[in-house]
Amino acid sequence: MSTAADRAGPPWRRIHRRTVLVTALVTTGVAVGAAVPVVAGLAGRLGYAAAVGWALAGAAVLVGCATAGDYVRLRRTRYRVGAEHVELRTGLLLVKRRSLARERIRSVDLTAHPLLRVLGLVTVRIGTGEQTGGESTLELDPVDRAEGERLRRELLDRLTATAPGTHREGDLATLDLRWIRYAPVSFLAPALGGAAVGGVLQVSEWAGAQGQVIGWVADRFRDTPPLWTVLVLVAAALVAGVVGALGLWAEMWWNYRLEREPGGTLRVRRGLLTSRSLSVEERRLRGVDLVEPLGVRLAGAARVDAVTTGLAKDEEGQGADHNTLLPAAPRAFADAIAAEVLREPLAPTGAPLTAHPPAARGRRLRRALAAALAPALLLALLGARLTPVLLWTALGWTVVAVPVAVALALDAYRSLGHTLSGGYLVTRSGTLRRSTAALQRAGVIGWTVRQSWFQRRAGLVTVTATTAAGAGAYSVRDADASEGLLFAAEAVPGLLEPFLERGPAPGVGSHRDRTGAGTPTV
Amino acid sequence: METGEGTVRLRPPRNAPARRAVGWWRARCLLVAAAPVAVLAVLGALVTPARAWLLTPAAVLAALGLLTAVLLPLWWFRAHRWEVTEDAVHVRTGIFQREWRIAPMSRIQTVDTVRGPLEQLFGLATVTVTTASAKGAVRIEGLDHETAAGLVERLTRITQATPGDAT
Repeated sequence: MSTAADRAGPPWRRIHRRTVLVTALVTTGVAVGAAVPVVAGLAGRLGYAAAVGWALAGAAVLVGCATAGDYVRLRRTRYRVGAEHVELRTGLLLVKRRSLARERIRSVDLTAHPLLRVLGLVTVRIGTGEQTGGESTLELDPVDRAEGERLRRELLDRLTATAPGTHREGDLATLDLRWIRYAPVSFLAPALGGAAVGGVLQVSEWAGAQGQVIGWVADRFRDTPPLWTVLVLVAAALVAGVVGALGLWAEMWWNYRLEREPGGTLRVRRGLLTSRSLSVEERRLRGVDLVEPLGVRLAGAARVDAVTTGLAKDEEGQGADHNTLLPAAPRAFADAIAAEVLREPLAPTGAPLTAHPPAARGRRLRRALAAALAPALLLALLGARLTPVLLWTALGWTVVAVPVAVALALDAYRSLGHTLSGGYLVTRSGTLRRSTAALQRAGVIGWTVRQSWFQRRAGLVTVTATTAAGAGAYSVRDADASEGLLFAAEAVPGLLEPFLERGPAPGVGSHRDRTGAGTPTV
Repeated sequence: METGEGTVRLRPPRNAPARRAVGWWRARCLLVAAAPVAVLAVLGALVTPARAWLLTPAAVLAALGLLTAVLLPLWWFRAHRWEVTEDAVHVRTGIFQREWRIAPMSRIQTVDTVRGPLEQLFGLATVTVTTASAKGAVRIEGLDHETAAGLVERLTRITQATPGDAT
């Protein structure tokens, strides 16, 4: 270490000393959590005192090891920010040195879970534009809050000429508490409700009391007809889910603030218990994605995701929210924020879209009906051989599923659309999760055109723009074959044009004679 | 689908794979089919009571495998086309699900050549061109290995001469 420190350059810094305390506390928490079932399990065999003794000894060893390990990590971790590079050295036996070129740094994220916040610390994640997973991210875990802020400002503050456009800096959006009404209508609510029920059963099983819990519930409903029982239980689960969704929303979006900082950086700050700060360089922004899950859409709202290159994709526990610029908010406001973020006068996501040919509706209807009828057919076949009850189930399923499937298919067709709006390519699709993506035309780095046999017969084509940002590819599904290709050719001039041919030739089946003509020329 | 003036479509890329690619695809099909057939056949030889139950599927699988090995590669050979211009790489693949992939030279990041053991046997190579998009890779299969080498050299030269950071 000393040899390196002697070299010219800024001094090496250490991560914060209190990390040892954090680790000790966290491990103690884990140990207590683990000790309870262990004591419960061992008490029967060893007696209560012995079980507690064993658990305490185990916990002490665990906490001791973790704390010692973290102390070593603290001693052996250094970082420094030079003029050209950010360097990080870690490791006891195998010393790992990593350095990131400062000009490649695209995002600096600060997060702090409640314990870190109490202790005035943050975790800093410095990311580059690479999409190659964890190797491109440096993590300083933890440093104190002021140091985190300083790093963030220093690393992202470049003397870039301000981007064109007169869009404002400072706050673009702050939390409106009324948005919380969109939290329960997300798909999260039923999922959380299910999770709550599962959680109760699981915990009671650990405690060996699952039978009692079920018995207790059954007792409550002894005099109620089964249908009511089911309804009440489902309602209870839903209420639990709604409460959970509201709580989760508050935890994620409390103190939400989207701001544009000098130097062309967008910054999202949010979080009730765990505070997060995500910064995205505007240079890396390739567009926005207006996402409307079904429930949220019916409530007239949408959320805005950033389409950027070099944003970590699978940060554990952050999932899809990592690139969300605006939580579900009224649609008009979401459009306004999209425009503001892109520095456009009008949001490309709000542009009128070209509808797709009716053949696309036919495909959606056929697919939806097939998906709805396949289980019914299976049930009916089984029912014919085994028991008439299954036949009735099949009938019930059909009555419920077919209208739902048709409605979803029609809605999916209505959602389809694409257009060019200024410098952006806009494509919309989906029904359960409708997404309107506006992608910079300059950000398109290739095309993939797909046509299945069915699409060929229907004169449809799926045109996909590949890009370095976001999901990597944005598709215009089931567009008219000619129109879709012309759209792609117009979106990125010069790229597709040389490979297009216009003419009177029929579009169907003609590939057969064409391929015959293509003799090898190499 | 209506026909007439104004229809636009993608023209097929100019070049076909090497003729030997048909042999390579056949060998690959046969190998894929051979594994389960061999397992079933060996089991059938050893387990006398269930012999009929094992050998019949083996025979059916073998027949199907042979049929696909004869027909599919011919079909693939007619479907697969590639072309490299000064500005872009253009590849067409697929029979039922036809796919055209176009990557502009200015966005190409890497050019890889892969020659598996089977491909070496047939004197073939696969060239993969990747862009900064996780979903934009373009694969050219069944190239004569000398063509492939020339192609890689040409692609490298062109992409080096093209400015830009490819994102």
